Amino acid sequence: MRLDIARKAVAAGLGLALLAGCGSSGGQDPEGPTELSFWAWAPNIEKVVDRWNASHPDRKVVMSKQAQGDDLVTKLLTSAKAGSGPDLAQVEFQALPTLVSNDVLADVSADAAAVEGEFPEGVWQQVTLGGDGVYAIPQDSGPMMFYYRADLFQQYGLTVPTTWDEYARTARTLRSRAPDRFLGTFSSNDPGWFAGLAQQAGGSWWSIDGDTWRVSIDDAATRKVAAYWSGLVAEGAVDKTPMYTPEWNKALNDGTQIGWVSAVWAPGVLAGNAGGTLGRWAMAPLPQWDAASPRTGNWGGSTTAVMSASTKRKAAAEFAIWLNTDPEAVAALVTDSGVYPAATKAQTGSALEQPPAFFPAQEDFYPTAQKIASTAASFTWGPNVNVAYTAYKNAFGAAITAGTDLVPALSEVQRATIDDMRASGFKVG
Amino acid sequence: MPSTTSRRRRAGAATPYLFVAPAVVLFLLVLALPIAYTVYLSLFRTEVSGLGLGRGSRREVFAGLGNYARTLTDSEMGAGALRVLGYGALLVPTMLLLALVFALLLDEDRVRARGFSRIAIFLPYAVPGVIATLLWGFLYLPSTSPFAQLLDELSLPEVDLLSPTGIYFALANIAVWGGVGYNTIVLHTALRSIPRDLYEAARIDGCSAWQVALRIKVPLVAPALVLTTLFSVVATLQVFAEPTTLAPLTNSLSRTWSPLMKVYQDAFARGDVHSAAAASVVIAAVMFVLSSGLLRITRSRAFGGER
Repeated sequence: MRLDIARKAVAAGLGLALLAGCGSSGGQDPEGPTELSFWAWAPNIEKVVDRWNASHPDRKVVMSKQAQGDDLVTKLLTSAKAGSGPDLAQVEFQALPTLVSNDVLADVSADAAAVEGEFPEGVWQQVTLGGDGVYAIPQDSGPMMFYYRADLFQQYGLTVPTTWDEYARTARTLRSRAPDRFLGTFSSNDPGWFAGLAQQAGGSWWSIDGDTWRVSIDDAATRKVAAYWSGLVAEGAVDKTPMYTPEWNKALNDGTQIGWVSAVWAPGVLAGNAGGTLGRWAMAPLPQWDAASPRTGNWGGSTTAVMSASTKRKAAAEFAIWLNTDPEAVAALVTDSGVYPAATKAQTGSALEQPPAFFPAQEDFYPTAQKIASTAASFTWGPNVNVAYTAYKNAFGAAITAGTDLVPALSEVQRATIDDMRASGFKVG
Repeated sequence: MPSTTSRRRRAGAATPYLFVAPAVVLFLLVLALPIAYTVYLSLFRTEVSGLGLGRGSRREVFAGLGNYARTLTDSEMGAGALRVLGYGALLVPTMLLLALVFALLLDEDRVRARGFSRIAIFLPYAVPGVIATLLWGFLYLPSTSPFAQLLDELSLPEVDLLSPTGIYFALANIAVWGGVGYNTIVLHTALRSIPRDLYEAARIDGCSAWQVALRIKVPLVAPALVLTTLFSVVATLQVFAEPTTLAPLTNSLSRTWSPLMKVYQDAFARGDVHSAAAASVVIAAVMFVLSSGLLRITRSRAFGGER
């Protein structure tokens, strides 16, 4: 009896050792049919994956729907530590340095070098982090734009603002003509949104100088953006409740918010969160600081990355490249998922001839978007964007609640970011 | 014959160990081992070399008690502890007083629909904290809240439960709503186990229902009250799900509002499991000292009669 238990224990131990052995034999792809696991969140991306599965029965991709953004970064970091994770994941551009720094992403340069020419240079630079490795295949970008309720703009006799000065004036005019409506809101909940606005103003939060990081979240350009919104919030010209809350959804639906400073993927969000306003929205370029040289920033935008712990990296890289460069796949990404593809060819492809279903009247939606996208500022993300983002939520949330200036909150974000980098041992200049 | 007895005795000697084994194995595997691993993790830190972007640019180095020193001197951690104390000062007395009142009411012989009331009071406990918070979150947000609309209709001043002070009441309210039922059931069960003839004797002596409740029932359920207080204090110190779920809805709640939220941010947003492990050990130690202190103070009084 006792011997039996001992034998079983030994057998179980051997089993564990074997399992562990399987897990650590990275890199070498197994022969024959295999399954790839893929964590992603883009709406309806499973439909695009189905197309792959139909034509590649021996390389079946199994999708697992995930929460968006920061939550997925958290999950990837944790699963990498635990040694269990997917083969592929959808990763936002700003999370790439964090994940590379934690050795979560595989370098797919051997397979991906061939498709470098398919993407704009600025986008490709974000997946190489300026080095020799390629850590992801770009999927979509998120150039920022201004969305407004065309019907309500007409009703209140407003014109679409082309500069931030005009935006402020329009916000005030709207408040005087309709005291219960707002042109927009300043959200302490969406650091990515604020980062995009800072990019437009010429902010550059991280940069690399030799083997030293420089952090300038508190730079002149970003201060200008913070001071601008601080003023609007203080005088009550814009709302100050966070985005993506039940209250905000209701405000978009019932016209309390008649504008939204957002990105190219906004139609999908509006369709989901404010379905009752179909056809009433229109899109325009982001208001400018300098109308003579139009610029925009990116809010979001993502990639398909292969995990370094994957045992099927080659097959995974093949899928990632197919998903983001194959004409059929990219067209499906546009029509099914509603993303704005990063691949250059796709931006002039037939899939973008039709406007998004939620904007039936704006025939030139994608041609306009393409023009706007070409003015996107380049940006280097740092290795602890998560920390900066949490600091933004805390510091800006506190400043808004207390009704104080937002500019000092910016230096708090800068300090928290640098402190964290120094504590981890990064060289910060 | 003698050989059989001795064999049986030997088998008998092993029996207690066999019975204890599952508990011991489970304890070692799911409690002692993780705790030991946490302590082990807390003694290291990650060191980045250069830009931290290449392979192998991060390595673990021994940090001694450095993580503990950082946790203990962290101002956000201290502020979080103070916030949770304020929240607990609101929550625990309110919840237990309500639970005691409900338990006493349920115990009254005259009460009707006891079964229904008991379930109605207990039901919120079955709602997971995250769901409860989302539910209440809708009720707190002025534009989706029927209460805000009602106040507006009656031209009463707006109550902003998501303001910096209001948030304490908002959070305590969610916890009271979810926790009263559980505590009521515990106290009610304790009340039911009191021999009924005590009440009869009291009534013959001329006690009113009030006096029976205050002089007989409450003192006799004191041990159960101590227990529920202890559980409530521990749950309060561990508050995490409610503020985490409520934070995206308002500017007033930081992502590091409670110490456990700070631990979560450290471990998962900053990716620093080492300082998160140190903070967890500190929180566990504080909790242990607090609860054993609380037990020690109250035990002498509450359990005094039983000795």
